[in-house]
Amino acid sequence: MSHELGAPIVLIDGIEKRFGALVVLRDISLTVRRGECVCVIGPSGSGKSTLLRAINALVPVSKGSIKVDGIEVNEPDLDKLALRRKVGIVFQQYNLFPHKTALENVMMAPLHVLKQQKDEVEARARRLLAKVRLSDKEGAYPGELSGGQQQRVAIARSLAMNPMLMLFDEVTAALDPETKKEVLVTIRELAAEGMTCMLVTHEMGFAAEVADQIYLTDGGTIVEHGPPAEFFRNARHERTRAFLDQVL
Amino acid sequence: MNRGTTDLPVLLAPRRRIEAPGEWGLRDIAAVFGSRKVFAALVAFAVLSVAVAEAADASVRPGVFATVLKWTPLIATGFLFNLAVSVASMAVGTFAGVLLGLGQISLLAPVRGASWAATQFFRNSPWLVLLFFAMFLLPFELKVAGVTIALPAWFKAIIGLALPVMANVAEIVRGGIKSIPVGQWESAESLAFTRIQTLWRIILPQAVKRMIPPWMNLYAILTMATTLISVVGIQDAMTLTRGALVAEARTDLYLPLYAMLLLLFFIYCYPIARLTQVLERRFAVRI
Repeated sequence: MSHELGAPIVLIDGIEKRFGALVVLRDISLTVRRGECVCVIGPSGSGKSTLLRAINALVPVSKGSIKVDGIEVNEPDLDKLALRRKVGIVFQQYNLFPHKTALENVMMAPLHVLKQQKDEVEARARRLLAKVRLSDKEGAYPGELSGGQQQRVAIARSLAMNPMLMLFDEVTAALDPETKKEVLVTIRELAAEGMTCMLVTHEMGFAAEVADQIYLTDGGTIVEHGPPAEFFRNARHERTRAFLDQVL
Repeated sequence: MNRGTTDLPVLLAPRRRIEAPGEWGLRDIAAVFGSRKVFAALVAFAVLSVAVAEAADASVRPGVFATVLKWTPLIATGFLFNLAVSVASMAVGTFAGVLLGLGQISLLAPVRGASWAATQFFRNSPWLVLLFFAMFLLPFELKVAGVTIALPAWFKAIIGLALPVMANVAEIVRGGIKSIPVGQWESAESLAFTRIQTLWRIILPQAVKRMIPPWMNLYAILTMATTLISVVGIQDAMTLTRGALVAEARTDLYLPLYAMLLLLFFIYCYPIARLTQVLERRFAVRI
């Protein structure tokens, strides 16, 4: 997909993440521009999820710089709440609030974090649930929804904060092929509308279709990156070709 | 459950659960008040105690049954005092225990450490020893800005019993909070909830359901433990029962009078224990 690419929203420069002696991320640098959709692929344990979680400060990095819309993330006195108002994240396990209905799940953050007017928030929450095709499930509790439906509520919940960047952490990994499709359609629509997205995924076909840039990580480093056409057809690195042979 | 959607009552808001058909019915109430067998056994026990005493007593003194009946109102008054102490200790212990439990998940290491140490100390001490400590450590009066406030023995006893309750409540609170999946914290934090908001709006509403059964269980244990205050010279049901026995000076009354006291506690505590089990089953997360 091609958009008018804007200014960089995420600027990652030489970050490193260690858990004790284990190096999970090593000298990673990448840029995500406004309106761009970036997909990160790679084998399990290659540090993809850690990279994504580092961007909204769920995982602190040991070295390097992450700038999100001008906010330096790797700083001791980072205002995490200000950062997280700009960045939405959707998890593999949905993590909806089980004691709240779908509508309440979407309303909670704008209501309590942004302190917005209730009717306003409710109207927007209904629009967002309609957008993810769940208008008929407003009153349902997460336990009453399928995995795909829960994941779409989770997407609507993140969107309710009007983020400038959406992170998707293997959001379809726990879903069966059919429900997976519902979620991918939703993400594709978001990307098409120009939402800046960063996805960690194992869905190669989907990555090829929606991504503006694809990054392959392995062993905590970026092996190769490029636009999908180039990446999938003319991979320069042996490691990339080996990985693609395995998964395609 | 035939709602066809969820098998996990814990995932539903309380309103939903109560509305759910066939969920909270006569069966549960029957369960709370126990089976007929239990009560039959209990009554048989009491009658047998009286009967043994009657059989052993061939003289012309008033019958055992009549004597037990005569003392019942007084002992029941003492029992009500025990209940009052149990409620007060539970209230004080719960309040302090919630603070201590939350302290254990504090981000400040000194608060966390101190809360942990206090919890461990009071949880692993004998209740009676703690009671003695409170009785002899607390002054009999407090002078605050020239005003003298008397600290009666019953007040000190309530504090003494509240100490172990506090430590146990702290563990219930800490365990309840820790039992909520870490994903709930992550998603709340990602939505820019503060830690307090996350606790108050996301974690605690889910955790409280899991805390209620062990908390009720603790209350039943505390109620039975209130008889300990008779040891430190407070007039409770136990003291009054002993007093009645001294006044009557009849060995044949020992069994029936104590049986009556046991019965009072049992009638109060057994339904609580049953209700705890019912709630545990209702809140159980089946995976």
